[in-house]
Amino acid sequence: MLKINQLHKSYPIGDSSLHVLKGIDLKVEAGEMVAIMGSSGSGKSTLLNIIGMLDEADSGDYILDGLPIKDLTEKKAAVYRNKFLGFIFQSFNLINYKNALENVALPLYYQGMKRKERQEKALFHLEKVGLADWAQHLPKELSGGQNQRVAIARALAANPKLLLADEPTGALDTTTSYEIMAFIQQLNDEGKTILMVTHEEDIANMCKRIVRLRDGVIMEDKKVEQVRAEQYV
Amino acid sequence: MFDLDLWREIFQSINKNRTRSLLSGFTVAFAILLFTILFGIANGLKNTFAEAFGDDANNSIFIRSGNTTKAHKGLQAGRRIQFKNEDFDYIKDDSGNKVEFITARIYRNATASYKNEQNNYSLRAVHPDHQFLEKTKIKDGRYINQNDITNKTKVVVIGKKIEEELFLRTTALGKYINLSGIPYKVVGTFTDDGGDWEERLIYMPISTAQHIYGNNDYIDQINLTYNPEMNHDEALSFGFSLERKLKERFSVARNDQRAIRVGNMAEGTKAVSQMTTGLTFIILVIGFGTLIAGIVGISNIMIFIVKERTKEIGIRKALGASPRSIVSIILIESILITAIAGYVGLLIGMGVIEAIGPSLKEYFIKDPGVSRSLVIGATITLIIAGSIAGYLPAKKASKIKPIVALRND
Repeated sequence: MLKINQLHKSYPIGDSSLHVLKGIDLKVEAGEMVAIMGSSGSGKSTLLNIIGMLDEADSGDYILDGLPIKDLTEKKAAVYRNKFLGFIFQSFNLINYKNALENVALPLYYQGMKRKERQEKALFHLEKVGLADWAQHLPKELSGGQNQRVAIARALAANPKLLLADEPTGALDTTTSYEIMAFIQQLNDEGKTILMVTHEEDIANMCKRIVRLRDGVIMEDKKVEQVRAEQYV
Repeated sequence: MFDLDLWREIFQSINKNRTRSLLSGFTVAFAILLFTILFGIANGLKNTFAEAFGDDANNSIFIRSGNTTKAHKGLQAGRRIQFKNEDFDYIKDDSGNKVEFITARIYRNATASYKNEQNNYSLRAVHPDHQFLEKTKIKDGRYINQNDITNKTKVVVIGKKIEEELFLRTTALGKYINLSGIPYKVVGTFTDDGGDWEERLIYMPISTAQHIYGNNDYIDQINLTYNPEMNHDEALSFGFSLERKLKERFSVARNDQRAIRVGNMAEGTKAVSQMTTGLTFIILVIGFGTLIAGIVGISNIMIFIVKERTKEIGIRKALGASPRSIVSIILIESILITAIAGYVGLLIGMGVIEAIGPSLKEYFIKDPGVSRSLVIGATITLIIAGSIAGYLPAKKASKIKPIVALRND
């Protein structure tokens, strides 16, 4: 599904530069559920952003579903993001003046889908996250957990091959976090490949594989026994 | 291509961000409103000015005669100088294309009557050119023409006031008016910006008057306008040379101030034209000033809007929006708001001017107003300025990495 070879990334800080990723090698198969862990500054978010084509690597290879991701034009990157990737952010990143349904339908709009079809599909995904009754509500009228579920519905709407989550439970309390994790696990059960960044051990343990980063290199990469989130809900 | 979904996105964005939309709309509307009002008032001032000096042609030269005050070439002082048709022809032929319009005048008073109404009026016997010299506006019928001069026809053109007073507000055209016992056909009626006095005049062909009043070829006065393409100095020297030639023709001393008098409006028009130029300049400064203030305002707001939407742009990019769609959504929104607001400002501005215009007359502001095309031009300028001001940051925002835009709070 995804293959990364000797990935390097540094950010300029004043005159010097900060070397964030120092040669990452990573391979993820379809259907996996991987947690990327590390303390802040370890480069975990940078790695996720590069995988999500939100940021670009300085050097190294990145192949997504057989396609080399390199020197993309903005236009092409936009098409790839829309087609291959679904994003879930810590701060939800919903558009605040659009209601739940419109937010979920937005990636479909950029796919050029017809309005009617778009709304049907968006409603289907909202139903899937259990928020069909809240379709006409604005993000500010929803709770954090509900907002994250809208964001998940939006990430799923375009039917992406890979779901990327950046601290998906970072802004939520424990109970809500487990609810969201249970939902993500369910998606993985259905076959979605999921990659998430987290710094919480309990959340990481709910994945099937943990990759630990420290100072820009992979310290540890191991398969774990998945803890099911349902039992805590 | 008309993309319904794009427009839906734009209208939603405008509708859901009302404060922002109203703020930028207000700036534009206010700029256009100020522009319209200031420009309108300045135009009103100019109108007042033009009216004060614009009743009669301001490139006129008047030639009058009187009695000599100095003995010259063996002729005694106190001699009466009388212009005749030959003098009129002489000036006309001698001046060639330096003269635009020329007419002779004979002044008489006449008792005019129609049916039971009767009154005294001033009579002017003139050539056809007189209409343009005096800026007489024909209401019905026609003015004196060359045919009248040649055939000495008994026709008159009368002012609106005479029509009201003698014909009791019925149409005078085609009826016969009695002047000191002789009936004249009314071939035209006129109005004149010069006021009531001018509208109580009777115009008659000069040849007819010469025939009836004394059967001679005397002329009381000659009026002409010089070619408007002449500059101020040329006009002055034309007037001087005319005076010199006439004095020679009538054997009048050069320094005789009474015998032949040539009054040249060019002596006064320089000040008038300088003032008009100054006024036009002030109007332009006011117009550009308000426009620039508007441009600065809308530019600031556009930069602010793009800044405010940076995060939204990041989200849209993460979901697969192309840079082009980002730029177009921001640009079309701003153009739409500016255009609508500009139009509203224009309507309000014109409404205000319409409403307060009449009451401003006592402050020397007459018929204030602006041409619609000028205000539309100003609005388009603002739209273009707003688009450029919006395009640059929108383009920049569409280029920043989504991750940077997303981090923006």
